[in-house]
Amino acid sequence: MNVIYILWLRQMKRYVRSKSRVIGALAQPLLYLLGMGFGLGPVFQRAGMGSYIQFIAPGLIAMTIQFTSVFSGIELIMDRQFGFLKETLVAPVPRILIIFGRILGGTTVAFLQGLIFFAFCLIAGFRFHDWAALPVAFLFMVLIGILFTAIGSAIGSVMNDFQGFQFLIGFLIMPIFFLSGAMFPLSNLPPVLTVLTRLDPLSYGVDGLRHALGGVTQFALGTDIAVLALAAALMLVLASYLFSKIQL
Amino acid sequence: MIRAQNLTKMFGSLAAVRDISFHIKPAEIVAFLGPNGAGKTTTIKMLTTLLKPTSGVIALDGLDPASQPNEVRKRFGIVFQDPSLDDELTAQENLEIHGALYKVPRHTRAGRIEMLLKLFELWDRRKEPAKRFSGGMRRRLEIARSLLHTPRILFLDEPTLGLDPQTRNQLWTQVKKLNEEERVTVFLTTHYMEEAERVAQRVFIIDAGRLVAQGSPQELKQQTNSQSLEQAFLALTGSTIREEEADSTDSMRRMAKAWRRKP
Repeated sequence: MNVIYILWLRQMKRYVRSKSRVIGALAQPLLYLLGMGFGLGPVFQRAGMGSYIQFIAPGLIAMTIQFTSVFSGIELIMDRQFGFLKETLVAPVPRILIIFGRILGGTTVAFLQGLIFFAFCLIAGFRFHDWAALPVAFLFMVLIGILFTAIGSAIGSVMNDFQGFQFLIGFLIMPIFFLSGAMFPLSNLPPVLTVLTRLDPLSYGVDGLRHALGGVTQFALGTDIAVLALAAALMLVLASYLFSKIQL
Repeated sequence: MIRAQNLTKMFGSLAAVRDISFHIKPAEIVAFLGPNGAGKTTTIKMLTTLLKPTSGVIALDGLDPASQPNEVRKRFGIVFQDPSLDDELTAQENLEIHGALYKVPRHTRAGRIEMLLKLFELWDRRKEPAKRFSGGMRRRLEIARSLLHTPRILFLDEPTLGLDPQTRNQLWTQVKKLNEEERVTVFLTTHYMEEAERVAQRVFIIDAGRLVAQGSPQELKQQTNSQSLEQAFLALTGSTIREEEADSTDSMRRMAKAWRRKP
């Protein structure tokens, strides 16, 4: 446990000391919140869909966590390039503890970023419906964090450098976000899109957050938790396996 | 202390290390010398569990790295060719992480960190992030870190790359002292022949993945009728410049060269 703790603590210290990272990770969802939220808000309202800020905020909280956690996982590549990974790989501890420490650290960072963005949403006019549902929202935030830190770590375990990074963002991370229902409702979609959104694990995270914070849901809460937890567990196993196979 | 038998490492069809065998005795200082791309770092990576050999057997302190990697890892400290510090963390924090990873008991950890930071003259800068340190200070910090868990074997992969003569001198003095006082076995690679001659009791010369000679610096000079170890090295490996792909080490070498050119 000490190994997990010390690697978690390392990421906390790096997070606290890197102010540009904190601000940078919030910039994109903030632009979406202000641009889309206020820009498309009147259109959304005229279509009888209610407040767009109320709709989009849970999705953007999920986005903040998704991006931060993927980047935390991918920090593995930086550690590989700048050497710290070697220090951990020659340590006399099981690699599974190392990857768990890293994922726990990445998840915590992403969760904190999600909380900061949540506060921005409140300032922008978002209102959650029930204090009692906040712990459920936090649970979803943590599960999204674990899922995407594990995905980032799995990718970081097999990628040697940042050359494939743009490809990854364009063909994996952004599609996962856009298919999650963060920006548009998941009902009445074309059949192909419906299938794709159902296959996207983030859809269940966004839906769970929207249920906990806004009282609106597409799937059942139990389904959201079960699918997201299963996806997170599978990715943890995959990330641990790929990390255990790293040779330098 | 370290035994390698018919060690081979293939990367696809490229043989980085070819069928090398050697035995290093406890408390011995051995230098592994070779041109760029000769297989020095690959050999160290295999000895330190970072790479699996394609074939051959390794024993460190009688243990097999393949079947008992964690037991083996407890026994050695390593200073890598490339930097391996977390630059965002302070010198002290880098050592604390190492202490936790190597399960250095809490009641002795702080004392050992203080002792090592003082030994390598970094105590006054312990609260500063490593990114503010010069190349020499980073190297000293890495060596201090590698000794925190009192290893029996120390691997030093080009530890003086890019360092000024004063820092190199101090570093080798400390390494010799450790070897003499704590009987730490040292396995080092370097491109500076005079360093190898100064500290190593035995020298292995590797070229194109094969061990081409071994012996004390004196023996190698006698074998090749050379005045210096550098001449002996060139006699054994030839004077053709080896081509290899550029990597991060090369950029460090370029930096080191640029630094040496400074008046």
